[in-house]
Amino acid sequence: MLRERGHFMTETAYNFAYLDEETKRMIRRAILKGLAIPGYQVPFASREMPMPYGWGTGGVQVSAAVMTPEDRFKVIDQGADDTTNAVSIRKFFERTAGVATTTRTEEASLIQTRHRIPEAALAEGQILVYQVPIPEPLRFLEPRESETRKMHALEEYGLMHVKLYEDISRHGHIATAYAYPVRVEGRYVMDPSPIPKFDNPKLSDCPAIQLFGAGREQRIYALPPYTRAASLDFEDYPFEASKAEHPCALCGADDTYLDEVITDDAGGRMFVCSDTDYCETRQKERAA
Amino acid sequence: MSPLLSVRDIEKRYGAHIGCTGVSFDLWPGEVLGIVGESGSGKSTLLSCLAGHLAPDRGEVIFDTRTDGPRDTITMSEPERRMLSRTDWAFVHQHARDGLRMGVSAGGNVGERLMAVGARHYGEIRESASDWLGRVEIDEGRIDDRPSTFSGGMQQRLQIARNLVTGPRLVFMDEPTGGLDVSVQARLLDLLRGLVRDMGLSVIIVTHDLAVVRLLADRLMVMKSGRVVETGLTDQVLDDPQHAYTQLLVSSVLQV
Amino acid sequence: MIEIENVSKRFTLHNQGGASIEVMTGAALSVRPGECVALTGASGAGKSTLMRMIYGNYLAETGRIMVGGLDVARADPREIITLRRETLGYVSQFLRVVPRVPTLDVVAEPLRATGTGVDEARSRAADLLSQLNIPETLWQLSPTTFSGGEQQRVNIARGFAHPYPALLLDEPTASLDAMNREVVLGLIEDAKARGAAIVGIFHDSEARERVADRNVDVTAFTPRRAA
Repeated sequence: MLRERGHFMTETAYNFAYLDEETKRMIRRAILKGLAIPGYQVPFASREMPMPYGWGTGGVQVSAAVMTPEDRFKVIDQGADDTTNAVSIRKFFERTAGVATTTRTEEASLIQTRHRIPEAALAEGQILVYQVPIPEPLRFLEPRESETRKMHALEEYGLMHVKLYEDISRHGHIATAYAYPVRVEGRYVMDPSPIPKFDNPKLSDCPAIQLFGAGREQRIYALPPYTRAASLDFEDYPFEASKAEHPCALCGADDTYLDEVITDDAGGRMFVCSDTDYCETRQKERAA
Repeated sequence: MSPLLSVRDIEKRYGAHIGCTGVSFDLWPGEVLGIVGESGSGKSTLLSCLAGHLAPDRGEVIFDTRTDGPRDTITMSEPERRMLSRTDWAFVHQHARDGLRMGVSAGGNVGERLMAVGARHYGEIRESASDWLGRVEIDEGRIDDRPSTFSGGMQQRLQIARNLVTGPRLVFMDEPTGGLDVSVQARLLDLLRGLVRDMGLSVIIVTHDLAVVRLLADRLMVMKSGRVVETGLTDQVLDDPQHAYTQLLVSSVLQV
Repeated sequence: MIEIENVSKRFTLHNQGGASIEVMTGAALSVRPGECVALTGASGAGKSTLMRMIYGNYLAETGRIMVGGLDVARADPREIITLRRETLGYVSQFLRVVPRVPTLDVVAEPLRATGTGVDEARSRAADLLSQLNIPETLWQLSPTTFSGGEQQRVNIARGFAHPYPALLLDEPTASLDAMNREVVLGLIEDAKARGAAIVGIFHDSEARERVADRNVDVTAFTPRRAA
């Protein structure tokens, strides 16, 4: 079989995108099921990958399963293209799939992300793959998997609001700042992975396909294009997509998610865009 | 008036061993039924079957639902049964930690059932929680504390508040005063009596403590080896027991 | 109001070799509204047993025990509960209450059970406790800590809180001083005047002669023991 598909083989003698074809088909089936039931966690037989859990093994498997030789691939880690994690995964697919890579959001056809949604608007035809550490939004209050699956099946989601209630009672507001749960098309409650809640509105009605892969937990879920994802809240404590109250110190953007950067030992700090590609693009435009 | 709960010929076996068998009774609105017997008599198995925690091998548990009238809760779908158990039914466990979320504040514990049935206004949920803490005699200032910081008696009262906040009509209780100090038991019993009267609750209470049923139950069912051996008015069963086992049970405790 | 026919009672002691003791046979009694009938007979003759059967506390083996139209000997527990709540009061010699409940609420409870509001019920309870000379300082305490005489008076107040059409009184004046005895007899006379049918056991013969219209000697219902 493999010999017949020899044209997929790269010079490093790995099968195209590392995983064997049967595994990729198995993962694609899980993805299709996930797309058919938006927000539902589909179990899949997660494979051992040549990187530790927590480094994006779920996202890498999903990316490998949907990748084609024509793809242009981008990887971001907390918004940055140049961190160790992002560089490693980009190189992994350069070597095992030989695909073109980019740091430009607009140019990429396939984007794997850890903990962010790019600032630049996504378009139809793009696929965004999220790395997910804990796919189960109910886990925090109900540790039994048998019970949480039943709760999803029966739409028993009161517990999600208990978590938000606890936030308000303790902090005076909903303090959950990332992995903020959403209700997908009024049905499944979903953990959007640890993206900041600032990114939550971008989940909804997005033209791109959004896929979520959890390697250690062996779950895949998905949002097809233009799917509604409503952030949970209370009538008297509505959801707010908050961010630091500063403009970016480098590009001046006042509508982006910012990282706080400590600049010296004296407590000096600055706020800069977490999306490095977006920030650099703006800086170039301003310089021009 | 019709019974709130009609139990017909319930049987549960564990292999060759009989958990309980041939149990039938009616529970009327506002009535408190005590089920007594020693460990292994089948009273807890029976309670689990009635409350939907355990599927009996035969029999019917017909509950007079608010919307559809009498329905057999054993054959109804699981979503319907689970909906019942968080709205019109309540279950008070012997150990409060089985009935509470220990990692969630007292207010969150009480509010959960409200949120489960769709309450989405934080201020109103909190107000209800605060009101219920008051009704079970927990200082409202403790609303944001976790139950792990509460005494055993407070935890049990919190469990009761958490269960009653949605205004259920039927409450199952499994040894609700077990493991509590005598003085704490008395306070809990007094509280339960008041709530039963004021809310018109129907209660099925399983206990081996005859003093508890003497004070709480209108009616008793005495169980032995999985079977009901005697039923009747609580004081009649305790003061003029007819069955040999009941006579033994009553004579083996100190004055109740 | 109370009609008893052909009532018999037997205790079977299964754990003492199945010994069967017949304690009453052919008991009959009739009490009209406004009438007080005293049960008499030596200690152990069955006065309390008969009274307990009327209350449904002991099961009758045979016969009919009609109270306000309900046959207590055949009734369902819930029918007896309703009867006890609305129709048939019982002042026993022993106060049995949940510890910790204030005396005022112990006395008010029979009224609360029939749907009287908390304020009105407490007001009636306070009135009775005053009449029976229970100092107001004790009203918020549980009667479990009271002396025997005080407990007995609390018990009486509780028994008279709701105007039951039928009343069973077991030694209502025992362990009371002259002043309080007078109050209790007054309460009994008031109950008769409003039409209550009363069955009482009074060792206090002066009290019996004052309030009872007739005596019924239960010795007549005691089975003759086989030699």
